[in-house]
Amino acid sequence: MFSKILIANRGEIACRVIDSCRRLGVATVAVFSDADRGARHVAMADEAVHLGGPAPADSYLKGEAIIAAARATGAQAIHPGYGFLSENPDFVEAVEAAGLVFIGPSARAIRAMGLKDAAKALMEEAGVPVVPGYHGAGQDPGQLEAEAGRIGYPVLIKAVAGGGGKGMRRVDEPAQFADALASAQSEARNAFGNAAVLIEKYVLQPRHIEVQVFGDGHRAVHLFERDCSLQRRHQKVIEEAPAPGMSPEIRRIMGAAAVRAAEAIGYKGAGTIEFIVDGSDGLRPDGFWFMEMNTRLQVEHPVTEAITGIDLVEWQLRVASGEPLPARQEDLHITGHAFEARLYAEDVPAGFLPATGRLAHLHFPGGARIETGVRQGDAISPWYDPMIAKVVTHGPTRAVALRALEAALVDTEVAGSVTNLDFLIALTRHEGFRKGEVDTGLIGRDLDALIASAEPDPRSRALAVIGLAGLADPAARGGATLWQPLRRTIAWEGGEALLEVLGPGAARVTLDGTAHEVRWQGDRWWVDDALRRSRIVSHDAGVSVFGGRNVQLVPLDPLARRSAAGGDAALTLSPMPGLVKSVHVEAGQQVREGDRLAVLEAMKMEHSLTAARDGVVAEVLARPGDQVEAGAALIRLEAAEAAA
Amino acid sequence: MKLTSAALTGSDGFRTNREAHLALLAVAREAAEAAAAGGGAKALERHVGRGKMPPRERVANLLDPGSPFLEIGATAAHGMYDGAAPAAGVIAGIGRVHGQDVMVVANDATVKGGTYYPMTVKKHLRAQEIAEECQLPCVYLVDSGGANLPNQDEVFPDRDHFGRIFFNQARMSALGIPQIAVVMGSCTAGGAYVPAMSDVTIIVRDQGTIFLAGPPLVRAATGEVVSAEDLGGGDVHTRLSGVADYLAEDDAHALAMARRALGNLNRRRPDTVQWQSPEPPAHDPDEILGVVPADLRTPYDIREVIARVVDGSRFDEFKARFGETLVTGFAHVEGCPVGIVANNGVLFSEAAQKGAHFIELCSQRGVPLVFLQNITGFMVGRKYENEGIARHGAKMVTAVATTSVPKITMLVGGSFGAGNYGMAGRAYSPRFLWTWPNSRISVMGGEQAAGVLATVRRDGIERQGGTWSAEDEAEFKRPTIEMFDRQSHPLYASARLWDDGIIDPRKTRDVLSLSLRASLNAPIAPTRFGIFRM
Repeated sequence: MFSKILIANRGEIACRVIDSCRRLGVATVAVFSDADRGARHVAMADEAVHLGGPAPADSYLKGEAIIAAARATGAQAIHPGYGFLSENPDFVEAVEAAGLVFIGPSARAIRAMGLKDAAKALMEEAGVPVVPGYHGAGQDPGQLEAEAGRIGYPVLIKAVAGGGGKGMRRVDEPAQFADALASAQSEARNAFGNAAVLIEKYVLQPRHIEVQVFGDGHRAVHLFERDCSLQRRHQKVIEEAPAPGMSPEIRRIMGAAAVRAAEAIGYKGAGTIEFIVDGSDGLRPDGFWFMEMNTRLQVEHPVTEAITGIDLVEWQLRVASGEPLPARQEDLHITGHAFEARLYAEDVPAGFLPATGRLAHLHFPGGARIETGVRQGDAISPWYDPMIAKVVTHGPTRAVALRALEAALVDTEVAGSVTNLDFLIALTRHEGFRKGEVDTGLIGRDLDALIASAEPDPRSRALAVIGLAGLADPAARGGATLWQPLRRTIAWEGGEALLEVLGPGAARVTLDGTAHEVRWQGDRWWVDDALRRSRIVSHDAGVSVFGGRNVQLVPLDPLARRSAAGGDAALTLSPMPGLVKSVHVEAGQQVREGDRLAVLEAMKMEHSLTAARDGVVAEVLARPGDQVEAGAALIRLEAAEAAA
Repeated sequence: MKLTSAALTGSDGFRTNREAHLALLAVAREAAEAAAAGGGAKALERHVGRGKMPPRERVANLLDPGSPFLEIGATAAHGMYDGAAPAAGVIAGIGRVHGQDVMVVANDATVKGGTYYPMTVKKHLRAQEIAEECQLPCVYLVDSGGANLPNQDEVFPDRDHFGRIFFNQARMSALGIPQIAVVMGSCTAGGAYVPAMSDVTIIVRDQGTIFLAGPPLVRAATGEVVSAEDLGGGDVHTRLSGVADYLAEDDAHALAMARRALGNLNRRRPDTVQWQSPEPPAHDPDEILGVVPADLRTPYDIREVIARVVDGSRFDEFKARFGETLVTGFAHVEGCPVGIVANNGVLFSEAAQKGAHFIELCSQRGVPLVFLQNITGFMVGRKYENEGIARHGAKMVTAVATTSVPKITMLVGGSFGAGNYGMAGRAYSPRFLWTWPNSRISVMGGEQAAGVLATVRRDGIERQGGTWSAEDEAEFKRPTIEMFDRQSHPLYASARLWDDGIIDPRKTRDVLSLSLRASLNAPIAPTRFGIFRM
């Protein structure tokens, strides 16, 4: 075993690796960027080395600096975590060239799996099923139809140059093929100037099931499957193990295929074989196909750890330090069921926009495994993945584990940034998900309902108003008056309510014309005679109400008033910190409502900023390349009268 | 020692009492609600339509959320001026801003433009009197057209008329009692001096105006045509004239500025009494309605009330075996030590001497006094006059009049004759005087007054050899009895500010506590009594 390793990562995964190292008596070296100087992973490590600026390219992607840090601190090995340099074969080679151990697969194995088509060919050779399809150059309609027949209906015709669904047709039976092909080709020609198409098996109700494998360079074992079907735009949201509806037979077949895949490339360390699975008619031996292999520890590895009782990081360290595989396949068993929910700083109603902010309040419940890289007071910066934590629960059955996840999420408290917490809670209550009827389309189909049921309800807001008024302590002031209660306004950023205090722990809050009776009774808040599990918490960023359908209200400084002028949507503000990618207007230009004014790049996404109304651009306040803060003015339109 | 109660909460008597009190309470509540509605829905709609906050909401937004508001004269002018001036067109009371007690006086512009009726002046002056005695910072939320012209003879010229408001402001300012004005509407003519005489003045842009003469008067006098805003608006007064200090965008902003101004006063409460941890009474205050007979003539033990008012129902009764018709003793109300003086029947010489003795004790120790007043008067008759009940009564009156400790009077029943004096009636300047809906106040009972007049009349008739039938006598007495009935009613009394307001008896403890707390913003001066007639 190593005596000291360096962790070339940050956030929760760096912390998680340090946890295992500590247990194994391995000293740890953290690395950090300017943005992470006070981060949790730095505080947890025995030593820490500064890498550079906050941008990943200036810090966590600086392989040479990381290797130098390892050498300078006497670390014997480098754990890459996930992301950053974890699947970079050049880095692996550089680490080894420096006389250090890379805790992960060989550069060769990474390369073998890095090119998707080549990987598929390799897997086909190893006898691992891949999605049937035709990617040939021949475009004769007859030949294409024959290939479709060989693949088996339903099939998908896709434009080779395609994207965005253009030139794509689903064909359910041979009779429809010719017409569908013609229209796809014509659309492809018009859209891309290239009529060439490919044909793939169309998987009904696709599920994402992956198998955890572990190799020592020669042999490999599998640690069963995970189901990651709950996705939103290919981002996993909640993962579980084992997969619902999985039979021992299919598990054995899929596991064996995964082990074959790993052994085919002499895989060393933890890896994941991802399969696309046809979930339309139960799981079948011929209904799963290889998609790709992730040659690293996955974000969702804790669910596998929960059901197998194995510490995968410990295994990584042991195998990397030269030990053989710590267990044989027959030693591995599944105990119970586990879930992992990914808690993110993101604005769900705004389209899951990544969010930033300082975590003014952070509290996790007991009874769940929490993997986090942040503490109360830490910032979610725009530089990295806005994950706050992974909440992992384990139970004897799927139903118990899912209830535990729901309860843990309800008891989780995050303030200072918007989060997807309520969306996750809504998912745990989704009927289909509860029944185990999962597929990758579930979230997309029910998105609106999920978002709506996760939105803060007026009752939570009424409680938050109590908090804003400083009356969250139920023994607090009772607003004694001789006759009728006094009615006052409580305002916050974006809204206001009328408050009448009726006695200690009792008030009437009128929101949007509807009165809500709030009462503290029996150690709980009641709103409109309904018991709430809600907690009212005051913190630096305002007041939050937790316990499901969470709400955070930011108090308004009643003295901070803009002068009477302004506020007519003339200013386009940056919605979040980011980089101005491009500006599309100049002063004097006439714009219409909805016209694109500028593009902001933030959180690895591009956001179009559009005109809030018709008008004439008075001033452009930002240039491409500018790094701007949230709320920074970017474009100013002329006053409304002048524009009319 | 803990008081025990003989009350049977399930009994018919308890229920009957409670129902009778609830009926009286409903009348008072209705009057209070009508007063709180100010000038009515239409006027309020116009008011709000101008971007103004409803007057009571102005008060609420000035105060700390959830803090108490001890309103003064809530039903002032009830039944007066043909009902034209609900609450006398002004809201007054003690609230808390940043935890400190302040006196708020807010004009209600929905009531005749916030103009000052005679009772408006009286209420404003009463609020200032309380503020001065209790050393409470004053906040004036001004929105008033000034003196009510049809009533100018009862508003302008006399000592306790309009001018006294500014006199008080100047004198309070001199005493270091902060004066803050928020101009949220008109401040015309004399009214202009409210902001001008204040230490700090805030004015709302495009809404507050201050001028000695409004545009119509200016035009008539000099021919100059000028808008109200240009004549004396917020911009003018904060930029050119210096009459106001802060310019606010609207009511909410102005009130936030007033809160900030009150946050910068750098005042601290004087060290007065030894507070204890508050404790609720062992007997439920809600039971007061059942334990107190609805009929004033039915005697009951006042300790039943005390048990439902004081901390832990604990009462250290002083001289319990002497002069038993007056109950005296020490207790705490919400942690504040108090000496309680309570009637338990007609006052005899011994009771009066005991009262004087107890007041001396409290004065010596700096313990605030609470009077629970339910008194038909001092005992009459040869025996009592001969033993000098007037002399003993005078001792008690002297003690009440000259003590320096804060006095709070709660009128829980009758208040008749000289008993009113001995029990710290209005003329004896208690810091606060509150009254229950079942109370009655008059120089004597209506029956007795009519009887006195009838006796004089009968003597006259019979001296001239005439006869007077019982029917004629009853007919003669009726108007007097009716007049006394009407004038002794608490709503009649409260309308004229003979007291500071009618309260729900169940809130007695709360009201006493708030009154005591407000009073203790002023230091307790050492007492120097007058000559006690021995």
